[in-house]
Amino acid sequence: MSDTAPFRPPVPGSQPEYDVKIYGSTALRAPSQPLIRIAQSITERTGPHFSPARYPSNIDISKVASGEAQGQRIIVEGHVRDEDGRPVPHTMIELWQANSCGRYHHEGDQHDAPLDQHFQGSGRVFTDENGKYRYTSIKPGAYPWRNHHNAWRPNHIHYSLFGPGFATRLITQMYFEGDPLLKYDPIYNSLPDPAAAARLIAGFDINLTEPEWALGYRFDVTLRGRGATPFEDAHEEH
Amino acid sequence: MPIATASQTIGPYWHLLRDDTWSDLTRFGATGDVITLQGRITDGAGNLITDACVEIWQSSPPVSDVFDGFGRAASNAEGLFSFKTLRPEPVPGASGPMGNTRQAPHIALTILARGVTKALWTRIYFQGDAGHDEDPVLSLIPPARRNTLIAHQTKPGVWHLDIALQGASETVFFEI
Ligand SMILES: [Fe+3]
Repeated sequence: MSDTAPFRPPVPGSQPEYDVKIYGSTALRAPSQPLIRIAQSITERTGPHFSPARYPSNIDISKVASGEAQGQRIIVEGHVRDEDGRPVPHTMIELWQANSCGRYHHEGDQHDAPLDQHFQGSGRVFTDENGKYRYTSIKPGAYPWRNHHNAWRPNHIHYSLFGPGFATRLITQMYFEGDPLLKYDPIYNSLPDPAAAARLIAGFDINLTEPEWALGYRFDVTLRGRGATPFEDAHEEH
Repeated sequence: MPIATASQTIGPYWHLLRDDTWSDLTRFGATGDVITLQGRITDGAGNLITDACVEIWQSSPPVSDVFDGFGRAASNAEGLFSFKTLRPEPVPGASGPMGNTRQAPHIALTILARGVTKALWTRIYFQGDAGHDEDPVLSLIPPARRNTLIAHQTKPGVWHLDIALQGASETVFFEI
């Protein structure tokens, strides 16, 4: 299998549909026509490469130069691998999140919760040669939204990953183990297979937790693997 | 076997990542046939989409020290996105039963937004380029919808393509 082989199609049920009845904003933004399946060419099999030299990392978003953010300090560590379990090395991960009170440092966020001048809410990390990443942050608060009556987003951190090809581009959200809001959240519950949703939950890890400093959470991400089975070859001929 | 992590919407607050310099793919010194690529994004009711994250990736010209091939732009209050980049050349197509194919110049484009659960994949082609009739991707699209992928020149060097997420003029989106 070459490093420009096509990527596997998604496992059924593992990705959301575009039109999700319980998530109101999809109603006018989901395509109504069937998607057209295309064979992955060089355009989809290759993708951008980001280097820390040009895209500097910011691995501690729990503080700024003038001081420490309010809230529960956390360490998040995990691996980025492909569907064959191989590490995805030196890939860029972008992160963004609400502050500990559930407020984004964003002009569109009108939630009546305090801003924190020491929390900007975005970071950038790179995986190492083993696909491992790690950053320090503040546990984000839950926040209300208007999807339905009494709608609150569970605590979450937004993730943006690239991987080796444009076809591996992934935007997702990391949730926290034990959050009582998960069962009410239309975005978390947009996954057809509940197991796919459960994989978005970071687990508390006492071994990652640092005494007198921060709680540790572990969150692994899997990107599409390069397919080499007869099944994928058949797709390629469409 | 591990299964790929699920996509979740980019939401309304992705602008915390925003860096408008990323919309200029020539910012590291790339030279060549510089173009502006722009368009307006609308939803199924014709409303402007003012909170989208639009990303482009092109496999031509090839990536180099001065050309990333990747760009990101926010749609603005008028629903408009705009990139400055280099005009692509034809590239090889995917291999298949038809033998080696060639693709007309194109740029891959994804739309990420609140209410969009996973990236919407499309492409931009350029009106008047050779090879559209033989292009292996355009050939898959019913002729009546092909024009949703073909940008037109509004003035020298400025190419425009509107994108409709839903409705009568809905853009063709791909499953890749
Ligand atoms: Fe959020």
